[in-house]
Amino acid sequence: MSAVAVTAATGIGAPGGVRPLLEIEGLVKHYDLRRGLRRLIEPAEGHTVRALDGVDLALVRGETLGVIGESGSGKTTLGRCALGLVEPTAGTVRFDGMDLARLDPATAKALRRRMQIVFQDPYASLNPRRTVERIVGLGLAVHERLDRAAARARILAMLERVGLGAAHLDRYPHQFSGGQRQRIGIARALVLRPDFVVCDEPVSALDVSIQAQILALLRELKEELGLTYLFIAHDLAVVAHLSDRVAVLYLGKLVELGPTRAVLKEPAHPYTRALLAAVPRLDGRRDRGAGRLAGEPPSPVRPPAGCRFHPRCPYALPVCRVREPELSEVAPRHRAACHLHREAA
Amino acid sequence: MSAPLLEIRGLEVVFPTRGGLVRAVDGVDLEVFPGECLGVVGESGSGKSVTFLAVLGLLRPPGRIGAGEIRFEGRTISHLPEAELRALRGRAIALTLQDALTALNPALTVEQQIAETIETHDPDLPRGRARQRVLRERAQELLRLVGIPEPARRLAAYPHELSGGMRQRVMIAIALSCRPKLLIADEPTTALDVTIQAQVLELLGELRARLGTAIVLVSHDLGVVAEHCARVAVMYAGQVVEYGPTRAVIGDPRHPYTRGLLRSIPSIEEPERPIRPIPGQMADPIRPPPGCRFAPRCSLARPACRVPIALRPIEGGRAARCIEVAA
Repeated sequence: MSAVAVTAATGIGAPGGVRPLLEIEGLVKHYDLRRGLRRLIEPAEGHTVRALDGVDLALVRGETLGVIGESGSGKTTLGRCALGLVEPTAGTVRFDGMDLARLDPATAKALRRRMQIVFQDPYASLNPRRTVERIVGLGLAVHERLDRAAARARILAMLERVGLGAAHLDRYPHQFSGGQRQRIGIARALVLRPDFVVCDEPVSALDVSIQAQILALLRELKEELGLTYLFIAHDLAVVAHLSDRVAVLYLGKLVELGPTRAVLKEPAHPYTRALLAAVPRLDGRRDRGAGRLAGEPPSPVRPPAGCRFHPRCPYALPVCRVREPELSEVAPRHRAACHLHREAA
Repeated sequence: MSAPLLEIRGLEVVFPTRGGLVRAVDGVDLEVFPGECLGVVGESGSGKSVTFLAVLGLLRPPGRIGAGEIRFEGRTISHLPEAELRALRGRAIALTLQDALTALNPALTVEQQIAETIETHDPDLPRGRARQRVLRERAQELLRLVGIPEPARRLAAYPHELSGGMRQRVMIAIALSCRPKLLIADEPTTALDVTIQAQVLELLGELRARLGTAIVLVSHDLGVVAEHCARVAVMYAGQVVEYGPTRAVIGDPRHPYTRGLLRSIPSIEEPERPIRPIPGQMADPIRPPPGCRFAPRCSLARPACRVPIALRPIEGGRAARCIEVAA
């Protein structure tokens, strides 16, 4: 990545020159679809999922950055890369100044306890053969040498904080409802007192009334424990409710980034506008057809040339077909990758 | 108002389980009028899907209708023999499911699946070679109707070759292949991305206007229903707790559960507005609370809520199952 892009990335998340907790620069993640010997005989072109294709982001301590995007936008890959769970094809992820790709084992272990994740599916992400005490306590066993009583006290305190209690310690995941399981998942993520938590669609498998309980809990815990969230979801209203800033991904590219209110009230990218227009409104008075998108997102295996959104964009210009727009400022702290803004400026 | 197309009266659906009898639907009254779009909203365990599986005679044994009556165009269909139900399904009442990938047959092409449905239900098809031609034309016409680009090419596709949105469209095409009077769309867009959801919902609205098909939109999403249905029924723990014109119900909800649901949803207009979750969990289906099912989660609950409460009519064609509502 060029020096210009690097400083730009750092600048985005660092109001007042604070060093970001998490810095993502030029992040690229490609998945090779060819298996075995096919890698030798078939070209990579047309057989590579371009999950992320050059993303710059930075999070300052204590903020919640929401990431929205549809299937195939790369949002889950972004979360996995941010935690070092997936090795990037190119680019760097730095946590507290340390490059995740160049850590010695001791530092890596120390960092892992500070970075946690809450998964989407509370049914698949808890080991069905372990009791709640063991599920929540596994991280403690790895990272802290506590005696049994002290560990139990920590686990219990955490469970109580998420709305469960001593009666639940010896139970198994199948004995809980979806909402309660998500509470267990949150307890597991937070028992080590991390700094940074990736929430990957934490409420999308839950019913509305339970979803609200979990959102309220995540919000309270963030304030109490001074957490920094990367909050990934496909539901715009959910993301907006929890996030200070919002990043919009489309086919592996960051298309818009800005303060939540600005992105919702004055979306700068036509894709963000279309996303907002597609959200059903309770008052039923949405402007039908305004910004409505035709067609479906292209495959991330063969993304369109130029601006990846141009085949579906109602405002596409000739330049959009050939040149990829860069992320540029449309308002203070608000950026969008769209030629329309370049033209206007 | 014209006579209802579908009338559900006092419907009870029971499932015997090892733990006891689950009354998944308990005394549901609903009607659907010709050409209208009725929204049925509820969370998991509310009985919204089971109610309409009962209408279609698709309850999986040992699940069965315990009591009540279902009438379609005035004729009682709740205890019809299977052969007559088969004739009704598809031709008069059709169903689309949430997960089109599992609902469609993975081993058959789109054309084969559409043709199969038409052949099952249409006795007027010509014989011999003309039959294949007519079937192909009708299949192609249906794909065009549901907005699938290049319908001639898509006929040969297998479900896995299509995107989620396209599969949902194919399922709608199959459901509409025999021009049913009533389409039950069970969570038609839940598995879809929001921009594709908007396309599919718009399609359903257009088809309703063009073909006059009445639609029951079963959904967990109040926003989806608010945009597409003139009337809504809100279900909780096997019962309808509130119904009426959608705008009135959402603008001025009378049942504490409806109010709670609305307060639970983050607003995209005012993202900072605090959401207020409904405390507690869905009622135990085997041992539901006596009286009002929502009482254990309700801030207004009082001793009088422990006796069963009927839906109480309110002005404007509305009703709510709550003692706070003046009878």
